[in-house]
Amino acid sequence: MRLTTQSTGAGVLDFGGIHIPKETPNDRIIALAGNPNVGKSTVFNELTGLHQHTGNWPGKTVTTACGRYRKDEENFFLVDLPGTYSLMAHSAEEEVARDFLCFAGADAAVVVADATCLERNLNLVLQVMEITPKVVLCVNLMDEAGKKKIRVDLEKLANLLGIPVVGASARSGKGLDALMDRVKALCDGAETMPLRPRYHEAVEQAVAELAPLLEAHGCPVNARWLSLRLLEGDAAVSESLRRYTGFAVSEISGFPSALEAARKTLEEAGFPQSTLKDHVATRLVERSEAVARQAVSFEKQDYAERDRKIDKILTSKATGIPIMLLLLFAALWITITGANYPSSLLAEGLFWLEEKLAKLFTMLSAPAWLSGLLVEGVYRTLAWVVSVMLPPMAIFFPLFTLLEDSGYLPRIAFNLDNYFRKACAHGKQALTMCMGFGCNAAGVIGCRIIDSPRERMIAILTNNFVPCNGRFPTLIAIITMFFAGAFTGAFQSVISTLLLTSVIVLGVAATMLVSKLLSKTVLKGLPSSFHLELPPYRRPQIGKVIVRSIFDRTLFVLSRAVAVAAPAGLVLWVLANVHVGGASLLAHVSGFLDPFARLFGLDGIILMAFILGFPANEIVVPVMIMGYMAKGALLELDSLAELHSLLAANGWTWLTAVCVMLLCLMHWPCGTTCLTIKKETQSAKWTLAAFFLPTAVGLLLCFVIANTARLLGLA
Amino acid sequence: MRTDAVSLNRLPVGKKGRVLHLDADDASRRRLLDLGLVVGTEVESLYKSPSGNPVAYFVRGAVIALRDDVAGGILVALS
Repeated sequence: MRLTTQSTGAGVLDFGGIHIPKETPNDRIIALAGNPNVGKSTVFNELTGLHQHTGNWPGKTVTTACGRYRKDEENFFLVDLPGTYSLMAHSAEEEVARDFLCFAGADAAVVVADATCLERNLNLVLQVMEITPKVVLCVNLMDEAGKKKIRVDLEKLANLLGIPVVGASARSGKGLDALMDRVKALCDGAETMPLRPRYHEAVEQAVAELAPLLEAHGCPVNARWLSLRLLEGDAAVSESLRRYTGFAVSEISGFPSALEAARKTLEEAGFPQSTLKDHVATRLVERSEAVARQAVSFEKQDYAERDRKIDKILTSKATGIPIMLLLLFAALWITITGANYPSSLLAEGLFWLEEKLAKLFTMLSAPAWLSGLLVEGVYRTLAWVVSVMLPPMAIFFPLFTLLEDSGYLPRIAFNLDNYFRKACAHGKQALTMCMGFGCNAAGVIGCRIIDSPRERMIAILTNNFVPCNGRFPTLIAIITMFFAGAFTGAFQSVISTLLLTSVIVLGVAATMLVSKLLSKTVLKGLPSSFHLELPPYRRPQIGKVIVRSIFDRTLFVLSRAVAVAAPAGLVLWVLANVHVGGASLLAHVSGFLDPFARLFGLDGIILMAFILGFPANEIVVPVMIMGYMAKGALLELDSLAELHSLLAANGWTWLTAVCVMLLCLMHWPCGTTCLTIKKETQSAKWTLAAFFLPTAVGLLLCFVIANTARLLGLA
Repeated sequence: MRTDAVSLNRLPVGKKGRVLHLDADDASRRRLLDLGLVVGTEVESLYKSPSGNPVAYFVRGAVIALRDDVAGGILVALS
């Protein structure tokens, strides 16, 4: 599994999920470790740019990214390890990070730390230094620390730790060149004198008995470190050691008995295994404290005053939840209002182009079926996706990213945790739920942050109850046409936003109820203990975020439109124009679905649109429109008002609109999300459950509402 | 038992205490130690969430929210 030499002579690193084909024999492998929320990924992205790829660890839901950095004609392959607080292997992430640092044979390790919270970060630094002397400490977020008047004496820190220390502000790219200079120097053989915490005399004695035995037999990792882990009774480390290096401690003659004897002596000295673990952990924390006390000074004792004040407003009993709703409202209002203008502009432009295209086809005297297929089928569906769906998506996504970057999402989790606890679910499910607003597939991958398999499954199964970015525009369009249309001006967008906010609150309520239902039935269990870090607020890089995420979203929507909407338009046009037995295929299909759909307050076309929308939710409305237009109702359609009359002409009432919104909120996850669920759960059974659960809830709600309204004579 | 010792979840908001003892299952115990909650560590109760559970604490420069059951297992001496 370690570095192997290929016929090219350059070699390949194949380790767990990481595969690095070296380009020259001098290429270096650098591990990047660090606590969560310290900007490690920013360091990684700034250094490697677009030269990245990710790999999954076999059998583990852990992904590591690998990227290339070039300096002076030399390649440095950086491996971005999962963010962890420790390397004691309590979770899959920690095991992956530790195994890579121990066994992959990296040339050096960079530990990224948060300058505003250095003491806590040093714990991991010391742990990495116990494994390898080739460590560079990157003290990131120096700019944030400066604002809070926290002074980090980098030189002193380097002297105390005995390793190179570099200050950086990765978001603005500062300090990263210096970082890589030090990394290169280490790779070229620069020496370090890593500080290694001394433990209790009895522990040191036991280590002194074991380490030489290991060293004498060619121990491939630091013998002191390994001795400590073996004394602690860490079974996973011997297992990994054997798997990655073939070094089996149990086969060293005399070692098992020596280990047994050392453990016994330790126990007699007052260090049974559990006490020993506590002692080691405590010593590391105390050591970090001692180093931090010397190297870090707080010029303002109340440096976190501003964060405290903000937190008190954003999480208090009186204002916490109202402000959360208000922020949601604001984000949606900006989305709805902001999307209006670009939407109508795009529609005008694209439909103007459609006319020209149609004329061009006529000029070329192309057959009617060809121009129908390409212009009315493919082009028109594309045009609808771009004009109706793109603007809200491209506006909401950056707003969401700004909230995420500012550090607000953990506060949402903090505010909502009680509800998740009552549902016997994990507190971090609030975070994965929030990620679902951006994209449900991303939300499902995000569920990896939940350690307990039971609670992770609940979070995965319920992620689809919040509408993703691709479903917002559908909801917005329907609300605008059927419920806010009666109002005019600014008031209209306020009403639209209020209604959309309620739909989302309904989705959140459904998430909690269904989570509870699962906890009480198929996924029985108590909530596991957890902690949630509330990181300092950071001013997001507004310009950068907006530009990048609008660009990313636009590209993403456009590429999906080409990949999914275009073929769907094609299929639809064929369905609408191939006639069998006197009626189009479309009429057959929707006619077949119709009686079933009517039970739920829908119609055949709507249900068909949702089914055809399986590859991507963005195409549901365009497919509906195509479906109705194929019946020959309207030909020109470039505004929501005209769409409203098209729908009304096809029998839509307020009840249809309500049921469509409910179904949009609660139906099967899109194709990408289903594939992701399959990948994450490794189970067809649970993927099916994730498919049918929201569908059943949605259809049930539609059924109840439609039939109640009909019985009461309301519709 | 010391008279000024309380479990962390009973530490009033705005007050500080020093950890005396951790009572938690193995996995949860390791997590707390990794976060720096070792015996002798000063902890400040910062604020409650809207429902009163969880509560945010200041531990070694970081803000960590703990649910009632976990904080209930941490004994602190009021300081």
